[in-house]
Amino acid sequence: MKGQAALPYWLAGPGVLLALAFVAIPLVLTFGLSFSPFSDQTGIGEGFTLSNYGQIVSDDYFHEIFLRTIGLAAAVTVVSLLIGVPEAYVLSRLKPTMRAISLVIVLGPLLISVIVRTLGWTILLGNDGVINNALMAIGIISQPLRLMYSFTGMVIGLVHVLVPFMVLSVWTSLQKLDPATEQAAASLGAGSSTILWRIVLPQVLPGMLSGGLIVFAMSASAFATPAIIGGRRLKIVPTAIYDEFLSYLNWPLGAALAFILLVFVLAVSLGANRYIERRFRQVFQ
Amino acid sequence: MSHTPLILRLFHWLFMVFMLAPLVVVVLVSFTDKGYIAFPFDGASLRWYSAIWNATGFIDSFWLSLGLGIVSATAAVMFAVPAAMAIAWHRFAGREAVLGLLMSPLMIPAIVFGIALLRLFTHLGLSGSLWGLGAAHTVMVLPFVMRLVIAAATGYDHTLSQAATSLGASGWTVFRRIELPHLVPGIAGGWLIAFITSFDEVTMSLFVSSPGTTTLPVRMYNYIANTIDPLLASISSLLILVTLVLMIILDRAFGLDRILGGKA
Repeated sequence: MKGQAALPYWLAGPGVLLALAFVAIPLVLTFGLSFSPFSDQTGIGEGFTLSNYGQIVSDDYFHEIFLRTIGLAAAVTVVSLLIGVPEAYVLSRLKPTMRAISLVIVLGPLLISVIVRTLGWTILLGNDGVINNALMAIGIISQPLRLMYSFTGMVIGLVHVLVPFMVLSVWTSLQKLDPATEQAAASLGAGSSTILWRIVLPQVLPGMLSGGLIVFAMSASAFATPAIIGGRRLKIVPTAIYDEFLSYLNWPLGAALAFILLVFVLAVSLGANRYIERRFRQVFQ
Repeated sequence: MSHTPLILRLFHWLFMVFMLAPLVVVVLVSFTDKGYIAFPFDGASLRWYSAIWNATGFIDSFWLSLGLGIVSATAAVMFAVPAAMAIAWHRFAGREAVLGLLMSPLMIPAIVFGIALLRLFTHLGLSGSLWGLGAAHTVMVLPFVMRLVIAAATGYDHTLSQAATSLGASGWTVFRRIELPHLVPGIAGGWLIAFITSFDEVTMSLFVSSPGTTTLPVRMYNYIANTIDPLLASISSLLILVTLVLMIILDRAFGLDRILGGKA
């Protein structure tokens, strides 16, 4: 360890100044903006008002948007758990070569632009898209399913974008698992389903929870995928913020929406993180 | 423990199909000879690849995104390396707060980040400028570099620095010849992931770019909002190809699971 007490401050200083200037100050300015009055004729006015928050709290239009956002995030999280946890388990049992290839297929899309991935889903989900054409060709349905511009479509697109985080999170906790415990249970006569349920699952629970949190927070704040697949009709909080800022130019209302979203996302991830760490302290050690 | 039930194997293949389907379909559609997106189609052609060169703006946006990615990843490394050394090697008052502040861009939804920067840049008269875009991207990718450099710095054995100092090396020499080489793998991985993140970023950039400074993902987003035609598929296919090459490099050098861990 180095002796000079001031050294770490000099080292971290430039980064701290950068983050203060372009993260902290803009957030404070925006928070202030959310208390500014606004009128369609004169634009953003001077003074302090709670009316932007009042409007969000009292207007059914915004209630629907918030409920849809929470519903979307919950649905994406549940589906990601249902398919991501078994996938992580299968990954851990594959032979090394297959596992390496499969990991690249699961994690690789994270590096590909969300726009590209969502474009793929618009081609698959459209009324004349690949999925509907295939289902009609084999005669399962006679009318195309409405997948584009639907809640289901948004869930499918977002699961594809976010499920890698779930797999990664569960996969990380599976790697910490000692195979000897599974062997011990088997040698004591436990069947494979008992081993899965009583030995493996409890140990990967922290991974499932933290993966669930990441997916929940990221789907509640996702913009591009729900905007493209959901269209203008199925608004969620991020797309509503975008519209207030760039279409209606009502910046104060947009800022208030953004702050509610920010507080919600931070509360979910920080609060639940604390809980997980307390509840599962022994697993992390 | 090597036998995996058939149902799980089947599930695994379905999962692989799910992950690959949207990418594969984009690449296939890009070879259509039709003027619209239809799949399956009968005639194959490269017309939508040659169309990229004639489409206004996409080439300019590509160069802008490439330059922006290089500049912001490099700038983020300049800021992150000393900060990561401070975090990993020193115990000082406010260390947790500094780490929290530097990692905070990961916690803030990109849409909130975007409007906050729009507000700041309007205030400063920087809105839509290259400087604003560069600063925004640098801050946004900073946490990715921080994380990998901190990870690289954590395993460092300080007796090496002490030995060099006792043999008469100056602080700068110790850093340049001994400490920095130790951090290089983390810096390289961090730079690449920062570049990719900047290159792909769309939501925050929608707010800080202007008609003169439109990044490639923003131009693609605006295009999709109006029409979806095979031109986007051919551009996307080229992006998939480039990403695939970078991905293989990253996976060989560092392992994708370690680089992408806990992105949020």
